[in-house]
Parts: sequence; C-alpha cells; structure tokens
Amino acid sequence: MNWNRKHLLGLEDLSREEIIELLDTAEGFREVSTRSVKKVPALRGRVVVNLFFEPSTRTRTSFELAGARLSADVLNFSGSSSSTSKGETLNDTALNIEAMGVDIVVVRHSCSGAAYQLSQVLGCSVINAGDGAHEHPTQALLDIFTIRQHKPELAGLKVAIVGDVSHSRVARSNIWGLQKLGAEVYAVGPSTLVPNGLSRLGVKVSHDLDEVLEEVDVFNMLRIQKERQERGLFPTIREYAKLYGLNGERMKRVKEDALVLHPGPINRGVELTPEVADGPRSVILDQVSNGLAVRMAALYLVGACGPQGGQVEPQRAAGEES
Amino acid sequence: MTPDDFGPLYQRWLAGIRKTTDTLEDWALVGIKRRGAVLARRLLEDLGGSAGTGPAYGELDISLYRDDYHLQTGAPAVLGTEISFEVEDKSIVLVDDVLYTGRTIRAALDLILDFGRPRRIWLAVLVDRGNRELPIESNFTGEFFETERNDRVQVRLEEMGDDYDGVDLTSFVEAGA
Repeated sequence: MNWNRKHLLGLEDLSREEIIELLDTAEGFREVSTRSVKKVPALRGRVVVNLFFEPSTRTRTSFELAGARLSADVLNFSGSSSSTSKGETLNDTALNIEAMGVDIVVVRHSCSGAAYQLSQVLGCSVINAGDGAHEHPTQALLDIFTIRQHKPELAGLKVAIVGDVSHSRVARSNIWGLQKLGAEVYAVGPSTLVPNGLSRLGVKVSHDLDEVLEEVDVFNMLRIQKERQERGLFPTIREYAKLYGLNGERMKRVKEDALVLHPGPINRGVELTPEVADGPRSVILDQVSNGLAVRMAALYLVGACGPQGGQVEPQRAAGEES
Repeated sequence: MTPDDFGPLYQRWLAGIRKTTDTLEDWALVGIKRRGAVLARRLLEDLGGSAGTGPAYGELDISLYRDDYHLQTGAPAVLGTEISFEVEDKSIVLVDDVLYTGRTIRAALDLILDFGRPRRIWLAVLVDRGNRELPIESNFTGEFFETERNDRVQVRLEEMGDDYDGVDLTSFVEAGA
C-alpha cells in the first residue's frame, strides 16, 4: 500500500507510486458500478461534504454518486447560495460545516490554493475538486486512467493538451501526472493561451496543431471559455475552431489509434466537431464513467487516513489469515 | 506441515467437496482473494468436469466490506471482485484458505448477497484454526489446527510466489510470559 495521505490536493506533490496506487484502486472500483446493488459498505457512517464555491454539475454529481456508492452520507453545499454571499470567510464556512461532524470535505473554489488552505485549518480530510487555475487532480486522474485503459504503457506516450493551457487547472494537473508516469506532454494553442514560458514545466510548446498532429498519441481538448475571447486573447471563436479544433479532416491525418479526450462540457463545433466527439477515437464518455471510479478511489484512500484512522493495528494484513 | 503432507490434505478436502458438488446442477465456485481464489482455481480444475457442465466461477475482494476500515492506518488495497454469473438461485461453494475469526467470511457473505439471493452457500476452508469471533462454521474443512490467538498460520501456494505448497504454523511465546 503506497498511500498514507489524509488529503488529495494536487498531483504536483504526489509520487509516481501514489498516482499508480490511486489508479489501481480505481480499477478495483469499476466493477461496483456493474452490479445490481451498486453500493459497497466501505464508508458507511462517514460524512462527505461537497463544498462548491463555483458552479459545477458533473464534478459535483460525480463526487456525490461516488460517495453514495461507498455508503457515505453526502451533503451538498454551494457557496454562492449561502453564507459566503453574506460575507463569511472560506475558513469560517468550512469550520462551521466541519463542526457538524464531517469526515471528508470536497472543495471547489475559484482561488488557487483554497484546498490547501482548508487542509491547514480543518481536522478532516480535504479533496481538491478544482482550485482556481492551479489543480484539478481527480479530473487529471480520470484522464490518465482513461488513457491507460487504452494504452497501458504510458512511458514515452505523446499527449497533447490543446487549448487554454494557461488558465487551466485540468491542464496543470495533467502535466504533473502524465510527466510523473513518463509521458511526453505537448501544450498546443495560440501564444496568448499557451505562452512559451510553459516549457519550464517540461512540456513541448506548439502554436500549430497541424505541426504536431501526426506524432501525437492522445489529444486532450480543453474547453474554450467564451470570456477569454471577450478579453481579447483570441480574435474569434470561428478562427479558434479553424486553427485548434479537431475535425474530420484533421482526424484523417492523426495516428490510427490516437485517442480524443475532452473534460466537458463540449462546445460542439469549437474544440471538436460532432463527428469527432461522437466518433470512434473519442473516449469522452469513458472519461465520465471512469471519473466515478477515480473519485470513489480518492474518497476511499483519504478516508482511511483521516482523523479516526490510525488508532489500532489492522486485524489482518491482506492476503493472510481469515 | 511439510510439502509432502499438503497433497493428501488437499485430496481429502477435495473429495469431501466433490461428494456434495457432484449432486449439484446449477452451482458456482467462489474464491476469496487472494489465497482462497488460488485454491478455488485449483478446485475448479479438479471439480470442473467436462466443458459446459462445470461450475460458474468468481473471485471476491472483501476489502470494501471489512469491519475495521475505521481502525486502519491506511486503506486495504482494492483488488476488485469478479462475479460474472447470475447469483440469483445459484448454489455457491465459497472457498478460503484459513478460517480464523470468521470476520472475512461475514464480509464475503455480505458481498455475495449484494449480487443477488443465492439458493445456498457452503463454506470450504483448507485450514480451520479456531478462535472464532463470529458464529460462522465451515462445511468442508481440510484440517483443524488447535492454535493460540497470536500464533500465525499461513497457507503457502506456488501460484502466490511461495517456494512450495504447504501450511506453516508459527507459535509466538508472548514477551515476558
């Protein structure tokens, strides 16, 4: 067992072994979703709170279902609709919720470092569900999990992250995680969204998708935020789609076994044309189902290292006596 | 117990199980990971009969059903459960290497019941070392060993990377006793 962390804050500070432990654990959880009773008792009696200060449907729903499948009680708390709008600080909100007897807080916040801050203030476990432009570890883990399903050997694999890498926590977590597993990461997009300085993270920067199209094994197409265009970072959505979108023409030139990922929600016709999004190389819906298994693994692993853990020796080491 | 004794022990155990399973039609062998599953695979080969008439087969990972998750310093590794057959109304022979407190079997029973309502479950263990903490007994026992709580009983299996097939008993004298 290579896991003894109470929190999951990002992939930057995880070791290669810890990332593999998380992925392998998620593998074991995939089967639970295929049963007639889609539930295991592992986290029975534990309380998980989704503390979301930014709108999110799929990540929150995914954590909610992951908690439910582990038999935890899951509470949803959305920051915009409650105390924060009355002026309460993040720490106070979190401490108040923790005082109700919470075991794991899953936090999404627009400020980078919010999850880390809570991990310093709270006694319970904290899972980062996206903090500003910093990290979104479970999204990157489910991306890597999905890639690994199709391409078990990650070392040497060429993975292109296409789009607004500069503002993307998904991209940052992917870069850390993929590089630790030996993959070669490309950042592709206009220079306003993919500055040359990103090469300091060890990625290969390209401003021309067509230039790298034929050598890449995996395309992770980031969602384009309309407000970036409004801020003048690229001229028009149409031009972006033409230069950096995957369409049928480009798919004719990619490797035969190339994969297309997208963290969702897709802007159809921008990052991907419908024929690519729904095409044979797309693994976008696999990402969603794998996200559930990855989040179950994250809750399960940090939950066991939480405040109630560690008092008594395990009764039986795995694989020994009954 | 030396490797020479393991063969006869296994054969006696197998013969006892066969007496019951020969009378069954719609049945399954289910092993508890990891050593119970290795033994279940051996039993499957020895009891399987001709193709098409053999039992269904599955493997259980009970780590998500343990009763000591809250006492652990880390979560037990999740190995995955594989039950691809219809559990409903099936006769099931549940296989493990060592029966001790009974807690693993309790977890395995709960796990199977989450897949459906079997007709019946039998328990087959190669070694029963006593010291039960739950009211659970085995239907097919290879051998019973009188042990103390802090003795160690380990079934060695070549498939698990052990050098030999066998059962190792280690007695520990308590410090200061």
